[in-house]
Amino acid sequence: MFGVTIIPTFLWPEIATSACEVTATSRHYVDRLFDPDPQNVLQGVIDMKNAVIGNNRQKANLIVLGAVPRLLYLLQQSSSSLELRTECAVVLGSLAMGTENNIKSLVDCHIIPALLQGLLCSDLIFIEACLRCLRTVFISPVTPVQLLYTDPTVIPHLMSLLSRSQHTQEYITQIFAHCCKVTHSSFLGFLTPEHQTVLFNHGAIQNIAPLLISPSFKVRMQALKCFSVLAYENAQVSMTLVNVLVDGEQLSQVFVRMMQRDKPIEMQLTAAKCLTYMCRAGAIRTDDNCIVLKTLPCLVRMCSKERLLEERVEGAETLAYLMEPDIELQRIASVTDHLVSMLADYFKYPKTSVLDHDLKHAHELRQAAFKLYASLGSNDEDIRKKITETENMMDRIVSGLSESSIKVRLAAVRCLHSLSRSVQQLRTSFHDHAVWKPLMKLLQNAPDEVLVMASSTLCNLLLEFSPSKEPILESGVIELLCSLTQSDSPALRVNGIWALMNMAFQADQKVKVEIVRALGTEQLFRLLSDPDTNVLMKTLGLLRNLLSTRPHIDQVMSSHGKQIMQAVTLILEGEHSIEVKEQTLCILANIADGNTAKELIMTNDDMLQKIKYYMGHSNVKLQLAATFCISNLIWNEEDGSQERQDKLRDMGFVDILHKLTQASDPNLCDRAKTAMQQYLA
Amino acid sequence: MYQVLKEVGLDLERANQIAGFHTNNKQKIGVPFAAVFLINFLDVCYQEKELNQRLKRLYPAVNEQETPLPRSWSPKDKFSYIGLSQNNLRVHYKGHGKTPKDAASVRATHPIPAACGVYYFEVKIISKGRDGYMGIGLSAQGVNMNRLPGWDKHSYGYHGDDGHSFCSSGTGQPYGPTFTTGDVIGCCVNLINNTCFYTKNGHSLGIAFTDLPPNLYPTVGLQTPGEVVDANFGQHPFVFDIEDYMREWRTKIQAQIDRFPIGEREGEWQAMIQKMVASYLVHHSYCATAEAFAKSTDQAVHEELASIKNRQKIQKLVLSGRMGEAIETTQQLYPSLLERNQDLLFMLKVRQFIEMVNGTDSEVRCLGGRSPKSQDSYPGSPRLFNSPVHKASSSQTYQTEQNNAEVEMELDHFSNGVSESSSNGFLNGSSTHGIDLEECDGDMVDSAQSKRQLCGGSQAAIERMIQFGRELQSMSEHLRRERGKNSANKKMLKDAFSLLAYSDPWSSPVGYQLDSIQREPVCSTLNSAILETHNLPKQPPLALSVGQAAQCLSLMARTGSGSCAFASVDDYLH
Repeated sequence: MFGVTIIPTFLWPEIATSACEVTATSRHYVDRLFDPDPQNVLQGVIDMKNAVIGNNRQKANLIVLGAVPRLLYLLQQSSSSLELRTECAVVLGSLAMGTENNIKSLVDCHIIPALLQGLLCSDLIFIEACLRCLRTVFISPVTPVQLLYTDPTVIPHLMSLLSRSQHTQEYITQIFAHCCKVTHSSFLGFLTPEHQTVLFNHGAIQNIAPLLISPSFKVRMQALKCFSVLAYENAQVSMTLVNVLVDGEQLSQVFVRMMQRDKPIEMQLTAAKCLTYMCRAGAIRTDDNCIVLKTLPCLVRMCSKERLLEERVEGAETLAYLMEPDIELQRIASVTDHLVSMLADYFKYPKTSVLDHDLKHAHELRQAAFKLYASLGSNDEDIRKKITETENMMDRIVSGLSESSIKVRLAAVRCLHSLSRSVQQLRTSFHDHAVWKPLMKLLQNAPDEVLVMASSTLCNLLLEFSPSKEPILESGVIELLCSLTQSDSPALRVNGIWALMNMAFQADQKVKVEIVRALGTEQLFRLLSDPDTNVLMKTLGLLRNLLSTRPHIDQVMSSHGKQIMQAVTLILEGEHSIEVKEQTLCILANIADGNTAKELIMTNDDMLQKIKYYMGHSNVKLQLAATFCISNLIWNEEDGSQERQDKLRDMGFVDILHKLTQASDPNLCDRAKTAMQQYLA
Repeated sequence: MYQVLKEVGLDLERANQIAGFHTNNKQKIGVPFAAVFLINFLDVCYQEKELNQRLKRLYPAVNEQETPLPRSWSPKDKFSYIGLSQNNLRVHYKGHGKTPKDAASVRATHPIPAACGVYYFEVKIISKGRDGYMGIGLSAQGVNMNRLPGWDKHSYGYHGDDGHSFCSSGTGQPYGPTFTTGDVIGCCVNLINNTCFYTKNGHSLGIAFTDLPPNLYPTVGLQTPGEVVDANFGQHPFVFDIEDYMREWRTKIQAQIDRFPIGEREGEWQAMIQKMVASYLVHHSYCATAEAFAKSTDQAVHEELASIKNRQKIQKLVLSGRMGEAIETTQQLYPSLLERNQDLLFMLKVRQFIEMVNGTDSEVRCLGGRSPKSQDSYPGSPRLFNSPVHKASSSQTYQTEQNNAEVEMELDHFSNGVSESSSNGFLNGSSTHGIDLEECDGDMVDSAQSKRQLCGGSQAAIERMIQFGRELQSMSEHLRRERGKNSANKKMLKDAFSLLAYSDPWSSPVGYQLDSIQREPVCSTLNSAILETHNLPKQPPLALSVGQAAQCLSLMARTGSGSCAFASVDDYLH
């Protein structure tokens, strides 16, 4: 204790004095900026330049003391000598190299418009100093990128400066690469390529393409980065890129050369990204050799243990994105360089660490691995099997579902969703590891994007052959799913009703009653008029599942018959797709199979006319469903069948059936014959 | 037909062999058949050429005299159930294929040389036959061929039916996908870290084996009827981009060399390098440069300046072809040297004879031969460590300051210590040197075609030359009597005299002797002999260490260190 108190007493005054000294000298530097003699001002700026290099405290001091506005003033004054203006830009660039706070202060002092204005000068050295400073400011995450686009003349001017020197090329392309952001619009639900479009319209591709073969590595690298941000999710840019020639060579071939294994890793990875984005945007086929034999293997290499953590993360994410829609690429990747087991190493980075950035790395690695597993397993059953057989895979997913980082949770549930498409995995590993438990927990309180994935996974877990279905039912999931059907997001509504539909399939009477109760007929009918066809289809599917087996049909129809018949009428009269109408007619056929429920149709002449109409429809599917309905109504072994047969004969159904026995479709023909036999018996 | 084949430059027996015909009864090939044959034959020739080119490009560090590369399967090293065809590249199964006991393998003609660094071959599955029990891999010499690769010690394989890898064991490990008809399976051996990976249709499947022993042979094994596979040892382009993989390893090795730690001896390191440079300059008598260098790096020169200048003078004479004067000067400056070393004297005199034929030696020149000026200049100089740019540019800059002959000599002499006099014999050879010779020949023809005459065209000179020849003959006889037979001397003299057998010695088969580049070994030997009498090293330490580095690389190749493939000494001499 004693020692601990002593040491600071010795040190404290020392620190204090040195801090005072620094402030004093800093003030002196700032004072000199106001000297009436321009020569003294210049010398002052030069001295300041030498004083701030590598000295963050000095930088902060100068900013606090108000050096920035004065430097900007001197920089903008046309009366200042070119040398002075250049030195000012250099000092400002140096100040920007400091902390994020420095950048914020500079931006607040309107450094950006001042420097952009400076670019109009004709002197190259001055322009380069301004660009260098602008570059440093713009690559900082605290600078709003929008500031580059406020003045519409800036981008064309920057394009024209590209030809001036290797330095202007390097700085400008680096600015573009950092300021071309694709923003996700939550209102519109898609990406807005605003920046990409601006740069594209000002000839970014033609101006930057030649820089890919610049003698300077830095220029090549920044130009490459530019293309990777320009091409991302942008079909227009990507389509243009494939047709660009650089020194007589196709751009894709230039990128392929940049992926050669003796090139710096950063270059290989960025070139692979460019080709990936061009491929996903539809500009390069997924079976093109430059994708199959070059890009994919390059990205797999980036996932190897030898690479840096950031490279492994980016490599895995890019690879996941590349092969997401293509089963052939997924198959190739799954056997390339033991990728599936290589990814298992991503989980071996320490989960608990005192260092924040270690934790962040661990999260990043895990989410990247989950994403890649999700992509790998999205189509092929064998790959899914291989993934689940990877060491501790299911445990890792289960613990991933409850991690603190949303990114990891989302990626884990995506992975689980991908694997849940496998019947075999649902029956085995999913049940063994009780994945439904953390999944249910995840559904309680999660952001929409997690909910979409989680509920979609739940749909699969509720399929009839899934052994997890029972425990999930018992956990009281119905309320939760019903609340999802009320969501604003169409995806969540679909998943909610879809899960209910799966749940109702061949379910107990108790479960069905519970579903109808929890959902409420009002909500059920609201869903029947949902603008999203998917929601409508799944809701009809739910109804059909509810109305199966005779006792259930009669039970449901006795309590909700009126509304259901109304809804059916409405849909059959409305403008709907063949699939929707078919599903509706199937519901009607189910109703016709009930004992008491039959009467709801038999007493409804309007409905019978509709069935008659659909029996004569041009679409075979609808004819079949309608015939099926009639067949149920006239079935012999049931009470009152004679009366129904008579009524329907009077209405002319026998003639129609007779005609249908001649139908070209064998199913329809058979169905009509079976129905006719009911009359003959 | 035969004429055509002859013009292609191959004898028929070889042609038959290549095209796969066995003409045991020495039957002549029929004419209608000949056309088809010729097409096949030319195809094979082309394939062979492509193979050689590709192998040279992939494995430049391999010395095929010492360690030939695999080019086909060996008809001698296979189990009897294996049939070979198509130039010993196609393998088919001809056993019963009832049980694993019917398995059969074949090895390539040669083991994989370590100097490949990275070795690669591909096998295309032409037919999977009945069950597709095919194994592709590696095995050491002597491993039982009645087995599939991988089942025994020192045997490694990847099997098509289950996709498992077999590492010297009867039970496989899950490794990759299965393979079948139409697939191309590649096998890559990394001789730097002794691992192996396979490829399927151009996609790397990841490491299969580690800690591989040296001297493995490419091997395939088949087990059921109908199985047929084709090998590609470089006859065709590979499906997998092996060159890209090699690029990565070249970069890795070179980075390792670049980053090699010098440690705390850094100061000594620099001093040592300076010493080496200084001693090199002194050795080759670049006095002015040596003096300046020593001064600026604060070093002492261990030989007197006068002595260096003497050696320089003699070397200059030898390199400009003035052998008579060179011998005279040597005798003057180092009186006992040539007396004690009769073989050296003999060599110098033989060279003098050659220079007489050439018309450059002072004794014939003064008899009215060619203009000495044109001879003094020294055309077709060898390159400095085979770097053509260096010679051209630096000689230009030098010429502005110093006189022509001296400059050329200084520069040209560079390669001497390195190439010819090196007892280590590290210059990998005849090939690089051959190129130099050719180029020199070209130069000679261009520059001297019109004026090239025996002994410079003077009758008196011819007579003097013939007389000198007789003296030389008697000296040879004298030497033989006194010191016994010396085949080197005998051959030297015979070659020199052969020049007179041709009307145009320059374009004769022995004309190379007239090339100025042949002065270099003579010059270097003489220089070394002089230095030896002063108790100075015969070779400069710089040349010695370059030689050692090269020697070390070839030793690495012999002892199985694959990294020698990516560290050629030439890469660092620029």
